[in-house]
Amino acid sequence: MIKIGLIVNPIAGMGGAVALKGTDGEYLDRARAMGAVPKCHERVASALSVLKDQDMRWITCSGPMGGDILRDLGFPHRALPGFGASTTGSDTVTAAEAMLKEDVDLLVFAGGDGTARDVASVVGQRLTVLGIPAGVKIHSAVFAKTPKLAGYAIREYVEGVRRETRPAEVMDIDEDLFRMGQVSARLFGYMNVPVSSRSMQAKKSGRHIDSSKVRLEEVAASVADLMERGTLYLLGSGSTVTAVSARLVMDGTLLGVDAVLDGCLVGKDLCERGLLDLIDRHDGDIKIVVSPIGGQGFIFGRGNQQFSPAVIRAVGKENIVVMATQDKMDDLFGRPLLVDTGDERLDEELCGYVSVFVGWNRKVMWFLSDS
Amino acid sequence: MDMKTKLRRFHQASWDEPIIFELSEPGQRGVLIPRVGSKVKDEVGDGISEIPSCVRRTDLPDLPEMGQFQVLRHFNHLAQENLGADYNVDIGQGTCTMKYSPKVNEAFVSNHKMADIHPCQEESTVQGALEIMYRLGECFREICGLDCFSLQPGGGSHGALAMASVVRAYFKGKGEDRDEVITTFFSHPADAAVPIVKGFKVVVLPPDEEGLPDLEAFKAALSERTAAIFFTNPEDTGIYNSRIREFTGLARSVGALCCYDQANANGLLGIARAKEADFDLSFFNLHKTFSSPHGCGGPATGLVAAREYLRDYLPAPLVIKTGNSYSLDWDLPKSCGKVKSFYGTLPAIVRAYAWIRTLGADGLKEASMVAVLNNNYVMKKLLAIKGCSMAYPHHRARVEQVRYSWERMKEETGFGTGDVQRRIADFGTHYWSSHEPWVIPEPFTIEPCESYSKADLDEYCAILERISYECYNEPEIVKSAPNSSTIHHVDHDVLDDPERWAITWRSYRKKYDGYFKKK
Repeated sequence: MIKIGLIVNPIAGMGGAVALKGTDGEYLDRARAMGAVPKCHERVASALSVLKDQDMRWITCSGPMGGDILRDLGFPHRALPGFGASTTGSDTVTAAEAMLKEDVDLLVFAGGDGTARDVASVVGQRLTVLGIPAGVKIHSAVFAKTPKLAGYAIREYVEGVRRETRPAEVMDIDEDLFRMGQVSARLFGYMNVPVSSRSMQAKKSGRHIDSSKVRLEEVAASVADLMERGTLYLLGSGSTVTAVSARLVMDGTLLGVDAVLDGCLVGKDLCERGLLDLIDRHDGDIKIVVSPIGGQGFIFGRGNQQFSPAVIRAVGKENIVVMATQDKMDDLFGRPLLVDTGDERLDEELCGYVSVFVGWNRKVMWFLSDS
Repeated sequence: MDMKTKLRRFHQASWDEPIIFELSEPGQRGVLIPRVGSKVKDEVGDGISEIPSCVRRTDLPDLPEMGQFQVLRHFNHLAQENLGADYNVDIGQGTCTMKYSPKVNEAFVSNHKMADIHPCQEESTVQGALEIMYRLGECFREICGLDCFSLQPGGGSHGALAMASVVRAYFKGKGEDRDEVITTFFSHPADAAVPIVKGFKVVVLPPDEEGLPDLEAFKAALSERTAAIFFTNPEDTGIYNSRIREFTGLARSVGALCCYDQANANGLLGIARAKEADFDLSFFNLHKTFSSPHGCGGPATGLVAAREYLRDYLPAPLVIKTGNSYSLDWDLPKSCGKVKSFYGTLPAIVRAYAWIRTLGADGLKEASMVAVLNNNYVMKKLLAIKGCSMAYPHHRARVEQVRYSWERMKEETGFGTGDVQRRIADFGTHYWSSHEPWVIPEPFTIEPCESYSKADLDEYCAILERISYECYNEPEIVKSAPNSSTIHHVDHDVLDDPERWAITWRSYRKKYDGYFKKK
């Protein structure tokens, strides 16, 4: 029987309604004082209400972190003891550690980016996870679009229709800056989320071909094979670009920017200063290789701030190579790619149509916008 | 809810039929050939020792040994386990133009004058076949307005591949190394695939808000590297790109060739032509628009049409007429070469020719107009179904097909296009979930051709209406579907795994029971 873990961050989303843009730290008390009420419970109930007769076993935390909701829904479950009424991020971490030990088949968690970050810090890519969006900030790609759709995804997972997974970004947003109107996002890491299989039949048994992995290898091979001698390539960051390093049999940095010249790694996890030094010293062409990060399509300004305005200007707009899997571009369909370099004039200059590598010698044209 | 239309309580046949090789019984024969008489033996010897020993086989071919009755039963069982265009209201395979193939045309192709000729025969002995090929080209001169024709490609994507081959040969002849081909999101996916086989890089244009290829993105993509554009029009959404001459004009201005994917031309016969849209090359599936059966993936014909100035680059040979006789012109030194053996799939060519001649110019136009009318009728009915919508609703006009979406139903019930696909099998028909890329959520594409009656179309719409009702009100029956089929789960992974796929009995035995090691 399928074993599903549930971690609920009961206070997630409380800051949103009272315009506090998050519920971390002292803001929880302020949110309460301003009349915010927990909404998370409702959202989780809405998601799980579509699961009625599925054959599954629930493991959750006692009290408001999951047990109360499953009890109200009448779902048989086992609640891990020791979680009280007042919770913090460290409770999420403790719960995630327990779920990892339980080796659940699917870990469902409800919250926002902060919750995702806490879960990711423990489970990484070792479990299949799915986020029910209930927080104020949802920049991470590990969440379903709505609670209901999260519920359907869980149902499909249990029924075996949806078992393929792909790594999805967990973004780390600084709430203090976010309140001041700035989004300072870092790519925190990846977790594996179930994706709806493009083939129409359930995959319940047998050896499994991970087609999203094949598509990633295809686009990485295409970019790697077009690399020219004498050109300095600045790769970063994220799993798509790291696949290029893997193709070149290099140990690339998942969450950072690396430099490659003539098939050799000449700089690892570089900061802005390091990049500018390399650019200064290099006599020849330079190209930046980036991929849209998260569900929102940023190619600069989220998770790769090492590519500062100075670095981007030094390399030049025409030397930016954008790559993504077709799946990712399909998810982005109807929305532009985005830049937020912190330099408005540069952002404007970068706007317009860019071509994005999506497969072996195949590109799509996509609009790039600054807002 | 349509309660008047009868929905079938279908059940698929299951004969648990073995592979024919497994039915083999040593010594069984379908035909007993008389022994060679002594007179013949005296004249030719034993018939074997004359064959050089290096090409003479030492063991018998590994073919199934069966009686006629057993063979007949085997294939009848397989025929019953089928669900082809001749069994069902086959409008759910949108973009594929599953129309009626008139059975009278089978009489022509099974006639011994047709069936018994050989592609290596002397030209003077196959004048009739060559004349049909030539005259089919003449028909297409009217249908698309282009000048020269190759019947060699064995299917639609193969026709697109032949176009890519011509484009490559043309620029090679000009000494240019252009290496990019531009296509669109909603063109047939083959247009974004086959040019890569010929060494091109493909650039795909997204649609704009109207669902048409984004003109500004096109301008950004065009350059002196652009060798060609490969456009389908109307696209897989059923939307006709009425700005097409702007696209072809811009492509021409950078020196690129304009290639038209008219695999499905079923809404345009007698209405719009490749020539007026300024295309240089085009291809047509004789097994879609022109009624030859698809034949489960072939053999078929993807007829390639070209302007006169590209004649020299077409696959050799071409059929020509000199005075009253027909012959094959091999003298094409700049040709892209052969794309397939011989000259084309003759049965498909004959059926298409017969279909065109039966209808005449007015009939072809009427066929297209009825196809468009049927499509708009079905569109109105389907859009009234709960949870069903269409892509780009503000662009109302559709030609011969429509890309629909169950997005709303998915959000409201959790059931999407895959669930409908599994359930529809219970009603004795089928439906597919549209070409990639899957950017329209929960998509399906319906193409009601001219062949179907109003009652046929009503039945198909009533089935979808019923399934939508079930998704909202009787979820159990949808979850367990297909309930009346014999196969409930197809392992698609096998198709992606070189260690497990087997498309012949020989490779099956090689991979699964070590056949060759034993031998």
